[in-house]
Parts: sequence; structure tokens; C-alpha cells
Amino acid sequence: MGIDYLYPEFEVRRSSNCIDCKICIDQCSYGVHSFDEKSGMMKADDSKCVNCQRCVCFCPVHALKIVKSDNCMRDNANWSGDTVKEIYKQASSGGVLLSSMGNPKPAPVYWDKVLINASQVTNPPIDPLREPMETKVFLGKKPDKPRRDENGRLICDMPPQLELSMPVMFSAMSYGSISYNAHLSMARAARELGIYYNTGEGGLHEDFYSYGENTIVQVASGRFGVHSGYLNAGAAIEIKMGQGAKPGIGGHLPGAKINGDVSRTRMVPKGSDAISPAPHHDIYSIEDLRQLVMSLKEVTGYKKPVIVKVAAVHNIAAIAGGIARSGADIIAIDGFRGGTGAAPTRIRDNVGIPVELALAAVDRSLREEGIRDNVSVVVGGSIRSSADVVKAVALGADACYIATAALLAMGCHLCRSCQTGKCSWGIATQKKELVSRLDPDEGSRRLVNLMTAWRHEIKELMGGMGINSIEALRGNRLMLRGVGLNEKELQILGISHAGD
Amino acid sequence: MKYREGEVRIPSGCAISAAISREGRPINGESMIRSMVPMHDRSNGLGGGFAAYGIYPEHKDEFALHIFFGSGASRHECEAYLKETFEIVLAEEMPIRIIPEITDVPIIRRYFVTPLRSALHRMQLDEREYIARAVMHINTEISDAYVFSSGKNMGVFKAVGYPEDVGRFYRLEEYEAYSWTAHGRYPTNTPGWWGGAHPFSLLDWTVVHNGEISSYDANRRYIEMFGYKCALQTDTEVITYIVDYLVRRQGLTLEETASVIAAPFWSTIERCEPEKAEKLKFLRMTYPSLLITGPFSIVLGFEGGLMALNDRLKLRSMVTGEKDDMVFIASEEAAIRAMEPNAENIFAPSGGCPFIVKVKEGKY
Repeated sequence: MGIDYLYPEFEVRRSSNCIDCKICIDQCSYGVHSFDEKSGMMKADDSKCVNCQRCVCFCPVHALKIVKSDNCMRDNANWSGDTVKEIYKQASSGGVLLSSMGNPKPAPVYWDKVLINASQVTNPPIDPLREPMETKVFLGKKPDKPRRDENGRLICDMPPQLELSMPVMFSAMSYGSISYNAHLSMARAARELGIYYNTGEGGLHEDFYSYGENTIVQVASGRFGVHSGYLNAGAAIEIKMGQGAKPGIGGHLPGAKINGDVSRTRMVPKGSDAISPAPHHDIYSIEDLRQLVMSLKEVTGYKKPVIVKVAAVHNIAAIAGGIARSGADIIAIDGFRGGTGAAPTRIRDNVGIPVELALAAVDRSLREEGIRDNVSVVVGGSIRSSADVVKAVALGADACYIATAALLAMGCHLCRSCQTGKCSWGIATQKKELVSRLDPDEGSRRLVNLMTAWRHEIKELMGGMGINSIEALRGNRLMLRGVGLNEKELQILGISHAGD
Repeated sequence: MKYREGEVRIPSGCAISAAISREGRPINGESMIRSMVPMHDRSNGLGGGFAAYGIYPEHKDEFALHIFFGSGASRHECEAYLKETFEIVLAEEMPIRIIPEITDVPIIRRYFVTPLRSALHRMQLDEREYIARAVMHINTEISDAYVFSSGKNMGVFKAVGYPEDVGRFYRLEEYEAYSWTAHGRYPTNTPGWWGGAHPFSLLDWTVVHNGEISSYDANRRYIEMFGYKCALQTDTEVITYIVDYLVRRQGLTLEETASVIAAPFWSTIERCEPEKAEKLKFLRMTYPSLLITGPFSIVLGFEGGLMALNDRLKLRSMVTGEKDDMVFIASEEAAIRAMEPNAENIFAPSGGCPFIVKVKEGKY
């Protein structure tokens, strides 16, 4: 145990299969592996290992594995090992604890306590291999009562809409927090899939303007990279008011990640920290939001839908009502299990509410107010599978945002070390040699595969319910049943218990 | 245990039939009862009903309310509400025939009413909206009272029983209508009362339906935003409200309504000529929550006409036939032959294609 009182969390185990090829030395961006010339043996510094699995995957003879250290502190049900270690870290540094990716605590995952219906006898399931099965979704405000011209023909004026081939989009991750190649992979995949990816608040790299039709450009509190060309480049504009992993907290991209390209794209001097304030300093109230929404629409000629993204917090239903009346076209709700490049640990693990409950409350409240057609509702944080998507749509979502799942598809192994900037998979890093590890062809292919697989599964689940179009699933809560939920939870979710 | 319809959602299979004279000639109720006989096995004795248009010519300017009451107390409460809401032109017992096949008979009365002018003016409503709101009020706020028919010069007759028996119970041979629909129900559970039988009706809309729609809750939760209350949890109820909303309140035509509730697939829309494609796309994008999926065949009755419609995949049988000025629609050809042995042009409309028949203008 060193002076920081901490024993390494992981142990690198090397079997006798090792052929001293030294690939692990090259692959490890954290400097764990080395070759000891004197003894002629491979060595590992366990204290540097983050368990990113890079060396494990690349070892040609499968000689490596990473195991959780069995070094144990004395058992204490109140003071868990993690809690104690956090105390040591703070006693040593005097700082706020930082973490990456979503909340790893065993927080309730309501998706797993909700089950989906299927048809038996009284109506037929539909086989998606034999019958058309539609997953196309439009996001945006619905028109008011239709108007007709003097000849009685319908006037087909539609407020600006996003057209998605399936109800899933890649959520906001900034260029800066993730790499050029990660962005390129998502942009290409979004185009091929007929969906959208989101720039996050880091601006839009000049190379990616050509993917504008499949891009959502974000305006966040730091206003990094925002100019009229940027706003007009995307298919929609997202105002980021909050993020599920860190509601009420701004952002901080360390100067080390602000290299030439990132600096130019963000319009921030090289090497200086990019700090997004907690609030938008021009939005201290709901009427201010309306002004920003309208300003953005003015700049883009009322041709692009405006999304307002908020973290799921206690009063989310009322907040969503205010947004629906702000002129925004789409509300994005980010749940407290959502991911992040870096967030204060205490905020990430303790602030906000699960997106399932937020979604259920928002959808119900917007309907009670009769303003559900004013906006589409998109949810994220965290959507892990096609089943989560189907459950979210049945609860009332128009579409889902995925980010962690997209990173996983590109190779992320959830080691939760994004804040180090040393991502060995070439995703959450700006180091050239690391970025080049992510091949955009391969990255986009894997993203397309993932979404294609999900789309098949969504169709199978819909077909089982006898539903052949995703519209008929949206808000169709009768298709859901809860298991092991109490009355209050069922009431909030607006579903019955299984067997009821 | 028996649940009241509305406390639980009961799936049903069904038989439907309909007949209409394009010349507005009277058709006797006996013929409709006959049409249901060959489809006996499509019902299970737990619900049957009829809708008839043009049956109250002597009261054609008044709304005819047919109401079930579970008790004298509910009748008194409801009648007090009717008195303060309407001018009641005539209130009477529904003529029925007591037969052993139909039991647990509630109090059934009918009222011919007009809205109070002063109330209409104060609430800034047209009379149809006024009636619709009053019906919603009685059906959801007054316990054990249920308005099952509320249009002008038309009426719904329904009960728990086989449709043939329900027809005899209501003495339908005494009614002449230019247009009829009929329904036999096969619910999986015993409905606790008569409100859940079909046709379901609001104003002059009536719907008979065979199927179990998979979009039910998406449709219900959407339509309830606009003041409709789905008290019965039945498909037919929500379909009726959707039609009322789209046609009466949103001003869509019947064809446009059909392309909302049985919207063409996107791939079909893409193949249409541009102007039509634009319109179909507009309707689908504007009313996505009113798309109805899952099996259904419905016959929608309204003043002066009928519309038959199948779900997009045609997961329920439905055929049409003609003879002279008569047009017939039924779940089975046998039902049409029972009404008109020499029916011609037997035809099965494709899924999602509305089949609309209207009586000649001025003939109803």
C-alpha cells in the first residue's frame, strides 16, 4: 500500500502462454506493461491498470486477463470498500471526486421491472418477415386543426420535422470529449441508417458539415463553436439545459484536450480550459428559454426543429410543460443513469431521477394539459437495448437517445476513465496515435450493425404485440406490465401489475 | 366474478352486417335479424345489437336519447340532469318484448330532446358538441345511467344476448329504416351489463366492429386529450370517438378519416402520385396516434350513409354485395344472402380501403 493508502483495484494475470511479443506494451495507453531486460520477463504495474481490456483483446495467445484484486479490507456493511477508498482519495487530494460514464451504483432500473405483451388467440401476432412492419418516426410539433384552400383541398403545411427510420438517435457527445474518428463513425452511421447524431457542445468540425442532414447541432451554456453557419448546418438545433449525469452542473474540458482542431472547432484558445457554466446566463427563467428558442429559429428561418434537452429532475413534468409552451419542437429528457465524459461523482450518483419515471410523468402531464402534440419527447440515460426502446416508446416516448451503447459498439469497454484522456480504444481521447486506433469504417459499420439488429428486434417485439407500426405503440401502456413494483411506482408509470 | 364493462378490458370476436337503400327506401328490421342467423356461431350470446337510421321521422329535429338505468335512483338523478340540460319533448319507456332469452333487463327509456337555447348560447357551443358533452357527463358521472344512443332520427338497440333474440326483444319488426347495422358479440368474459354491447354510438355515429385492436391504449390516451372519456374500455368506443373527432371536430372527410385510422404503409405512400402522396403523408404525420393497428372490420353508420373499413392487413373478413338500390356489408357472404338471395357483385374490399355508400341527397 502506497502513500495514497490504496491498493490497486485490478491485477494483471499473465499465463505461461505469453510469447513476449510485447503487443500489450504497445496497446496499453496507461503504461501498465513493460519488458524487464534483466530478467527477460514481461512485467505489469497493476496500480496503473484501469481494466480497459485493450491488452486482453489484443493478446494473440490469450495469455492475459484482468481480475479484481482479492485484497480485502475488513468487512463493513456500512463502510464499503469503495466508500472508504473515496475518503482516502479526498483526504489525499482535497478535491471533488470525478467520474466518467453512467452511474455504476445498483440504482433501480425500471426497464427491467416492466414486461411486454404479446398476442395470443384473440388477435394475431404479425410476422415481420412476411408483413410490412414500420419503424419510421417523425419528430416535431404537430399542426393545429388542418386548413383547406378555397377548393376544399387540405393545405399540407407541416412544422419542421426530423424523419427517423427507427426511433433511436445517437446522443450528444462533443468533439473534444470524444475523438474525430468517433464523430466520423457516428456521422457516417447516422447517414447510412437514416437517423441523426448530435454534436454535443463542442461545435461541428469543418469536415463534418457534409453530414449536416443527419446532424443535430447543440447549443450549450458555453456556446462553444456556435455561429450562424453552424446552426444552419444541422437538421435540428438542441439547446442543452442539462445532462442526466450531472444535473445543475456545467462542463469542463481540460486544456490538454484543446488541441489545434478542437480549439478551432470550439472557438477556444489552444490549451485553455473550456468551461461551460451551470446555467445559460441568458436563461434564468422559462420566458428566457422562449427567447432563445425563437432566436435560434429566427437565425435558421423557422426551418429547423429546436430540441430542448433537460436532465430528469424532481419537477420534470412541470418543466416539460413549460418547454412545450416555449415554442420548442422536441423535449429531450436525460435520466440520472446517463453517461458522461466526466462529472463530479457525488452529482452523478445522487442527483436526478430515473428516466422511466420522468418519461411517464411528462407524457401523462402533457396529455392532461392537452399539449402533447406541441412537442415530441425523446429520452435517454440509459437505453441499453431494443427492449428498452420498445418499453420507452410504449410509455410515451417518440424516440430514444443512445450514447453509451454507441460507444460500446465502437469498442468502449466501460472502464470509466474518459477523464484521463488516454482512452486506449481511440474514443475518449485527442492523442493522435490513440485516435487512429478507431477505424471510422469499422466504427460506422459496427454502429450500423447494432442499430440494424435493434431494428429487427423492435420489429419482432412489435409483431408479437400485433402492432405493425411504431405509432400504434407510442404511449400504448396497456402493452406493459410491472413486476415487483409497488402501487405508487405502478401509478407513476401508468401501468398495471403483471397478472392484473 | 362479473365485471362491469369498463372495469376490465374484454376482447371480443364478432359478426357484423349492414344494409342500406341508396334510394332511402324503408327496410324492415326483420330482414336485419335474419342476416344474423347464419352467423350465429360468431356470437356467444353475450351481446347483440342494431342501429337504425330514419326511424323517428316524427321527431327528426330532436335528439333521441336511449338510456339504460341500473336502478330507479339513477333514473331520478339522470332525469333531473336531463331537465336542467334539455327541453324534453317526449319521454317514454322503450317498447320491448319480454322473452326468456333476454334476462337481467335494466330500465330502458328513450327521450326526445333539444338543447336549451340559453345554455347553448352561454357555453358558445353548437348543438352537437353540447349533446356530446352531456352524453359524456351522464356516462361517466352518473352511476348506473348509460346513454347508448344520442343521434337525430336514428337509434341503437342493444342487449346481452344473441343478436336474433335482441332484435325480437326490441320489436325491431316494428321499425323501418333506410340503413341498418347489426352486431353479434363473442366476448371472452361475461360483461356485467348491457352498455358494452354494440353498436357503440355518439350523436349519429354508430360503429359495429369485429376485431381486437392492438393500438387501443395509444388511441385511447390520445383521444382522451380532447374531452372524450373511454368509460367502457372497448375498441368500438374509442373508434367511434376517433371518427367523431376527425370528422366533426377536425373537419376531415370520410376518405381522409380512413387514411388516418387505416393509414397506407409508407412504402405505398411513396408510390402514389406526388399530390396524393403529400396529402397522405400529411395526414399520417398529423395524426400518428390515431392509426389503428391489429385486426378490425368496422361498419360506421351516419346520417345518410355507411362506411365499411378493414385494417391495413385485412385480418378480419368482410364482404359487400349489391342488388338494385340496396347495398349490403357483412362478415360473411351468407349473411348477405340471408337478406338478399340474389345479391350481386360480391366483393371483399382490400385492407385499408374504405367502402362508402351514401343515400341519394334528399332521400333521407
